[in-house]
Amino acid sequence: MTIATLPLQNDDDLPPRRSLSRIVLKRLLTKPAAVFGLVIILLFVAFALVPDLFSPHDPYAQSLIRRLKPPSFLDRGVDGYLLGTDHLGRDTLSRIIHGARTTLLVSLFAVVVSAVVGIWAGLVAGFFGGKTDAVILRLIDMQLAFPVVLLVIAIVAVVGPSLTNLIVLMGLSAWPRFARIVRGSVLSVRGLEYIEAARSIGAGKLRIMLRHILPNILSAIIVYASFELARMILLEATLSFLGLGVQPPTPTWGGMINDGKNYLSISWAVSLFPGVAIALIILAFNLLGDEIRDALDPQLSHD
Amino acid sequence: MLQYVARRLILTLPVLFGILLISFMLTHISGDPTDLILSPDTPDEARELFRRKHGLDQPIWVQFYQFCVHALQGDFGNSLRFNEPATKLVLERLGATTELAVTAMLLAILVGVPAGVIAAYRRNTAADVAVRTITLLGQAVPSFYLGILTIIIFAVWLRWLPSGGRGTWLHLILPATTLALNLVALIARTTRSCMLDVLNQDYIRTARAKGLGESWIVWVHALRNAFIPVLTVIGLQVGLLMGGVVVTETVFSWPGVGRLAIQAIYARDFPVVQAVVLFFALIFVGVNLIVDLLYAVLDPRIGYR
Repeated sequence: MTIATLPLQNDDDLPPRRSLSRIVLKRLLTKPAAVFGLVIILLFVAFALVPDLFSPHDPYAQSLIRRLKPPSFLDRGVDGYLLGTDHLGRDTLSRIIHGARTTLLVSLFAVVVSAVVGIWAGLVAGFFGGKTDAVILRLIDMQLAFPVVLLVIAIVAVVGPSLTNLIVLMGLSAWPRFARIVRGSVLSVRGLEYIEAARSIGAGKLRIMLRHILPNILSAIIVYASFELARMILLEATLSFLGLGVQPPTPTWGGMINDGKNYLSISWAVSLFPGVAIALIILAFNLLGDEIRDALDPQLSHD
Repeated sequence: MLQYVARRLILTLPVLFGILLISFMLTHISGDPTDLILSPDTPDEARELFRRKHGLDQPIWVQFYQFCVHALQGDFGNSLRFNEPATKLVLERLGATTELAVTAMLLAILVGVPAGVIAAYRRNTAADVAVRTITLLGQAVPSFYLGILTIIIFAVWLRWLPSGGRGTWLHLILPATTLALNLVALIARTTRSCMLDVLNQDYIRTARAKGLGESWIVWVHALRNAFIPVLTVIGLQVGLLMGGVVVTETVFSWPGVGRLAIQAIYARDFPVVQAVVLFFALIFVGVNLIVDLLYAVLDPRIGYR
């Protein structure tokens, strides 16, 4: 997101200052897929930040006479309830808009948790090598070797689905993938001259890792984080669909689909629309990840 | 060969130990296991009795040791809900899950591999774009939502297929397709990129130069070599398949191990949860062992190091 918020400067008289993020942003804005992804993401971020600005109704307001209404553009639809209402008469559109906050909050922080743990593990493994590397690699393999989703479900069921628990557990389920990417990147820069140079002027290990290696592998991390966000959104949606996400009445997309599941034959709309939101945001992060990767390295064709 | 198998088996031991440790800890993470099982107003004497009966008064490492010994014999204790051995409950539902998972996997391979091959061979044509779009969508749509969508379309609107349960092969269509979609996306994507690599190799040019038919070159020469990484992906996706099984079985009320797991989790029926977790882990480890062995069959350059 830092890329998107960079101030544009007037570069008429000066030789253009070409920072990598500006070049990447420029390239991204010429790609329809990237623009599509960015627009969707910005829209949902806006929903998450100021839901009341967009939502036509109170997402918690129930009404017995407005239960399970179809979308307003269909027969029997009620004006003002664009996507219909759920089994308690709550406005589906408003609940989707308010649900963006939970999903994005949980997924974003889960990615932060997994990134912090994974980047450290990857840096240490790649930089020190030897036994340290072997131990961390074994840990990574061990966790990757298991259907983590099932474990997350089981553990959430025991410790309870609070916001913090969800973030920590989802984050911890994903660190090995980060660690593997970072370790690989560290190995590819570790032998380069500037690391040697830093070491020869007496830079400490921590300084080399954080000031010299980390900035140089940051682009790989950003690309990966975009894909990982998509994955975490999927996991959050799955957990809340199974009733193990953030608890009702707080609207969550997965929870809304689950609510509608029992009324599919009467009112399919309740389950249909929240899923569109999930698919759109996942698609957006996947597209953006693809495009940032290509923009960072146009020579490589990633087929 | 035997030595290789033995070494691979030994390598899986730490993984199994980790899984045992985690599933043991499930009942201990939130403090007193008796809180999870007994109702809050249970008198202290009854609690004490329960602890003694289930060995919960022993030091934690003794409990873990006991748990491992029993688990390795396939004994996870009785289900708290059904009062039957947890292992028996899992095994009873194994048939339904196998039916679903194998059908989905076959479907995914039969659709995903040819789609990937065609996309790679006809790169940047309409066919390629179509395959790439579908794989992108396939990764974006959560499987539980796809399940709901197919129910809406084929059971509610068209009334062609049943919306849940198990019985005739008609019941199998929706859940199997749902479970297969994410796999199709992954398999097609991997096949496509591997085929692109392989199609540029020298031996493909050689095969063309000696006048072999195009389709023979693509489907036999190229695919055989592209298939190895695809196989790895398939092996690793067994984990995804299991997560998918849990969700799909829940959506379609499919009476398998996944639905049992979710119901057990809701009911805090921990012996069953532990049995399922360990059971899935075993399958996963087993499948990946088989995949590793298949490498050497498919590619003679990979020896049993």
